[in-house]
Amino acid sequence: MARSAASSIRRVASLATPLALALPVMVMAAPGARAVGMPQLDFANPLVIGQVVWGAVIFLVLYLLLSRSALPKVEAVLTSRRQTIDNDLDIARHAKAEADSAVDELHQARRTAMAEAQANVDKVIEDARLAALRQTQEMNARLATEIHEAEARVASARSAALGSLRQIADDTAQVLVRQITGTSVPADVVARTVDHAATARGL
Amino acid sequence: MAAGSTIDALGQFELHPVLGGLGEALRFSQSPLMMIVASVAVLAFLYIGMRPRAVVPGRLQAAAEICYDFIHNMAVDTIGPEGRAFFPFVFTLFFFILAGNYLGLLPFSFAFTSHVAVTVALALMVFVLSVIVSLKAQGAKFFAHFMPAGAPVALAPLLVPIEILSFLSRPVSLSIRLFANMVAGHVMLEMFAAFTIMLAGLGLIGDALAVGPVVINVALMALELLVGALQAYVFAILTCIYLREAVAH
Repeated sequence: MARSAASSIRRVASLATPLALALPVMVMAAPGARAVGMPQLDFANPLVIGQVVWGAVIFLVLYLLLSRSALPKVEAVLTSRRQTIDNDLDIARHAKAEADSAVDELHQARRTAMAEAQANVDKVIEDARLAALRQTQEMNARLATEIHEAEARVASARSAALGSLRQIADDTAQVLVRQITGTSVPADVVARTVDHAATARGL
Repeated sequence: MAAGSTIDALGQFELHPVLGGLGEALRFSQSPLMMIVASVAVLAFLYIGMRPRAVVPGRLQAAAEICYDFIHNMAVDTIGPEGRAFFPFVFTLFFFILAGNYLGLLPFSFAFTSHVAVTVALALMVFVLSVIVSLKAQGAKFFAHFMPAGAPVALAPLLVPIEILSFLSRPVSLSIRLFANMVAGHVMLEMFAAFTIMLAGLGLIGDALAVGPVVINVALMALELLVGALQAYVFAILTCIYLREAVAH
């Protein structure tokens, strides 16, 4: 855009230059026409050049006032606004970061609490399991002891019963032999025969 | 003013001393007076507009800030980072010309930008500034610009005078453009206003017909508002372009 503007100004300038050069020449060539010509080209009028001098002074004063006082005031307001906005954004960003870290902490705490609770639950279950196991073992041991004792009692009762069975068998055999044969057989023969028969029967 | 059947369209550009004998002695005409009014208006606009110094600006402050940003962006975008140094100058130039153009549209006022002496002075100021900046920034390399890069050396006798002429015609075109635009606008306003007065002298039909030039003048006033802003903008942007070329290495 700047390039096209520069080229267009060159084109306009090439047209304007002869005109600008011609204007003073025309004015000078026709001094009589000055009164009816453009007042802007009436350089005999001291006011025409006077406005240039005044214009220079006024422009300089305006430039100094603008550059030293008025424009810095505007800039100060714009800068302070930019800073205010930046500060506010910083504060907002800071607050957001704090909130984020608080949320993170909360999640962390929640995770930790969950892990602790899970560990406690696991421990309680494990304890209960161990206790149950121990109780079962104790119970089994006691039952085993009782069974053992009962078996011992049964065995002793059996052996006691078996011990008296021999005596009864001996007596019975003696009585049977006496009643059948009418003779008395010596006790040691009866005992030996019964013993033999019992052994043959696996008793 | 319309005097009889002739139209004096150029009389409005005549300079008259103000403040009587003192004005005559100081060469103080209505033109410098309007320059002062324009300067005071620009300064008042900024000072009063920026007085609230509000973070959230009101209308006038927003307008002042928009003006500041507009010229600041123009200067920095066109000239480059060095444009910050020239920003107050471009700002002064733009608003001095804009206020001058717009003040000239008020009744009983005077457009100092319609005087070629003023526009030439402004253009020469820009031209001299750009030459000084060029010499300061580029030194003797500045003169190398008069020979376009890549052009055959044999064409130098032709190209160099053309480039020099085109360079020297910058202040001429810059000043004539503003001057001619303002003069043309004010002459047209004066002509159509005179038509109204002349038609009004024709009796009842003339009274009815005289409405036409008034309507045209309303449209012309709108056009002049556009031209006034446009010419101030063109003057300022061309100043920025010249300064860009001056600071470019």
